[in-house]
Formats: sequence, C-alpha cells, structure tokens
Amino acid sequence: MAPPNRLPSYSRRAQYTTFFGYLAGVIGALVGGGLLIISIASPGAFSGLRGIASDATEPVAGLASKGRAKSIGIAETISGFVQFGSQQARMKRELAEAKVRLVELEAQAEENKRLKALLQLTEADPKPVIVTRLISATTASTRRFATLSAGQTDGVTVGMPVRSPMGLIGRVLEVGHSTSRVLLVTDPESVVPVRRGTDGVAAFAQGRTDGSIQIKLIGLGVNPLKVGDALVTSGSGGLYRPGTPIGIVAVLTRDGAIAKLLSDPAVTEYVAVEPVWAPEASKPIQQPTAAQVGTAQP
Amino acid sequence: MNPASRLTKPITDRFRSRRLNRVPSPILAEGLPWLSILLGSFIPLILVIGAAPVMPPIGFMMLLSWRQLRPGLLPVWSGVPLGAFDDLFSGQPFGSAILLWSLAIILLDVIEARFPWRNFLLDWFTSALIICLYLALGLMFANAAGGGAAMPVLVPQLISAFLVFPLVSLLVSGLDKLRLIPIVDLD
Repeated sequence: MAPPNRLPSYSRRAQYTTFFGYLAGVIGALVGGGLLIISIASPGAFSGLRGIASDATEPVAGLASKGRAKSIGIAETISGFVQFGSQQARMKRELAEAKVRLVELEAQAEENKRLKALLQLTEADPKPVIVTRLISATTASTRRFATLSAGQTDGVTVGMPVRSPMGLIGRVLEVGHSTSRVLLVTDPESVVPVRRGTDGVAAFAQGRTDGSIQIKLIGLGVNPLKVGDALVTSGSGGLYRPGTPIGIVAVLTRDGAIAKLLSDPAVTEYVAVEPVWAPEASKPIQQPTAAQVGTAQP
Repeated sequence: MNPASRLTKPITDRFRSRRLNRVPSPILAEGLPWLSILLGSFIPLILVIGAAPVMPPIGFMMLLSWRQLRPGLLPVWSGVPLGAFDDLFSGQPFGSAILLWSLAIILLDVIEARFPWRNFLLDWFTSALIICLYLALGLMFANAAGGGAAMPVLVPQLISAFLVFPLVSLLVSGLDKLRLIPIVDLD
C-alpha cells in the first residue's frame, strides 16, 4: 500500500492540528505517568472507579461466565471419554480406599465432638455470606485479581475469604455495589498462613503469579515437607478459617516448597464468600501506653 | 433486458449496484476502531479465568494494528481514554496503560515517518518488539504496586501474543472493510 502523504500541506491550520495532536499525545503520556505514580503510592486510590466499571459491565460478564462454565464442562466430558477405562479402574480402587477412610473419619469426628464438649467449645462452621460466581479475571496482567458477582448489597465486606468446594481461592480486596474484586492466592501480594494437614508444620503460602504458590517455612532447619503433602490454612492472623485446603506440595526448595493450587479458579463455577474468621485476632496488637501501665501497677 | 440475463449477472455486480448513491456511515467509520479496541480490552478477561497470565493483551494489539493499518485514523491522544478503560479491567495499577499506550502510539508514528514503505512482516516484528517492551514495563509497574512476579512468568504470554498478532491484524483489516461499507443513502 502506498503510504499517505504525511506532510500536512502548507496550510497553517493543518500544521497546527498535527502539532496539537502530538502535544496532546505527550501530555496524555505524562498524565498517565502521574496517575501511575499515584496508584503505586496508594494502590486503593482508584478502587471507586474500578468498582463502578465492574458494576456497569456485570450483566455482560455474568452472561459470559455461564457460557464459560458450559464450555469447560464440554472439554471435561471429552477428556473423560478418552480416559474412561483407566480412570474407571483407578476410581474403583480409590472409592474402596475412601470408604475405609470415611468410617475412620466418622469415628474421629465423633471423638472430636466429644472432646470439644469436654472443653466446652461451641464453634460451628459458619454459613457462607453468599454463594456466587467469579465473572472475570485479570488474565492478561501479572497481577492476579478476579471479579465476583456480589458486592456491598449482598453483605460482602473487605477481607472476607473466598473459597470453592476444592479449597481457598483468595480474599475480597475491594467492594463495589454489586461486584467485588478478589485477590487470588496466586498473586504475589497474597500471603496465607498455612500448616501441613497431617501435623502442625507452620508456613506461609505466597502466590507466584504462574498458578502455583511458594511455601515458606516459619521454623528454619531441616525441611520436613515431602512431595504430596496437603496444606491447609492455619487460622493464624484471624482472616482465614483454619482447615481450608489450599495446595499440594509439588517441588521441594531449600527453605520450603512450591505447591500446586488445589482449587484452580479456571474450573470453578461457584465460589462461597465466608465471613472473616476471627476479626479481633486480625487487628494488630496495641502497645500499652504509659498511662495504662501506670494505673495497672499497685 | 430479459429476466434470464438478470439471473446470470454475477452476484458481485448486483451487490455493487446497491452501492450507488450511498456513503459509509460516519458513526461506523469513526467509531468502529474505538469500539473494537475497547472490546479487545474487555472481552478476553471475561472469557477465561486463569490462575496464570496467559492471555495476550488483545486491546493493545488491536491498537497497534489499527495504527499500522490506518496511521492517522486514531488521534495521537487516543491512548488516554483507551488506556484508562483498559486499566479499569486489566488489574494493572491505574495509569499504566495510559502511559504505555500513549508512548506506543508516538513510537509507532516515529517508525511510520522513518519507514513509510513497510510490509506485514516488518509490522509483525515491530509489534512483537513493542509488545515485549509493553509487557516487561507492565510487569515492573505491577511489581512496584505490590506484586512480585519474575520475568519468566511472561514467556507464555509473549509467545501467544507473537502468534496471535497476525490474527488480530486480519480481524482489524476485516473491520476496516466493514466500517467503509456504504450503507447510508444519500437521498
């Protein structure tokens, strides 16, 4: 294609138009830079705008999420058909094992209830605030956020954990009118206190952006983790209820491990928003003031 | 003219005859590039929910394609509104796309002035280079705002962006034909 003539003729007006066009472009870039500095300095600065945008686009995104769930279902059906024989045999074996485990667990649950009664602990599993869909995710950025189709009007508040039947997905970061923004556990900013499911080896799970999580042990020493260990939330910090599964150890590192996420948000249709587990515990401990210390002394 | 000869007339001719005395709709001709970039920023995010960044930045790639195909169609300042819209949904810190899209438009204009005669291969590789820079800078901005991702995370996205770019260009050239179809009657 022949290039168009880029010279804007001898008309003064046309030359000015081109000049001011470029000026506007450069000013636009500078404005963008300024806004970027503001949002780096305070990441929540434009949450209101984002909330309005995701509220406005919720109907479209909600429709797409229904279609997405269906298409994932089709893909699973096809792959299931291909692996039918071997899967059938494996599942039969696993079912037999699971039945035995179930009886054991029932017995343990009974014992657990009895022991709790002895300790006079009255703690039931809380009902989820709402069960809803993930309607979009930041799949083109290195930050891992998702949008939830429930917001202020549904009783969602900042900090609530979000989970699927498979395990923890993230926590609510910003709340809009009818949508809210979720910080996924795979985002590098997300740090979840976890422990090994079988015993109490404590660690932190930090997101690694690529769909896995980095496990950092709290107690240094010989790495006790093994490939295949299941990790659950420990409840310290008070945000996440203890015992929510999060990942399986896949690769060991020197000071911990890299774990595979249990609940892939890509194949999750419905998620539950749970209330903050123990809001008192998530508050920072107050330093006692001199006056308080003074009055406490005899 | 007898009816038989009318039937044997090529379809394209009949289509062309309907174009007489008509002009393209100005709304479509001016608005379609904007609309296609906005949708390119938004639609991919609701189609796939991924645990990792895998989607190429379709909105940005459409902007590059439009600027390469029709250099003067979108104004130089169009990076501001389009980038702002992208920032609202992309998860990047707000302002990141406004800055980078504006810079990319200015850079493309410099390339356009320096190499006015280009073929598609050159456009493809220039875009690939710009997308590389765009994603790397975007990662740096995201990390500054609280992330902590390493560069290798971008590799799948870079490959997909490189491979998908010709398709995006094809889509853009198709839309360019669509926007110039004369549909508004002059009478």
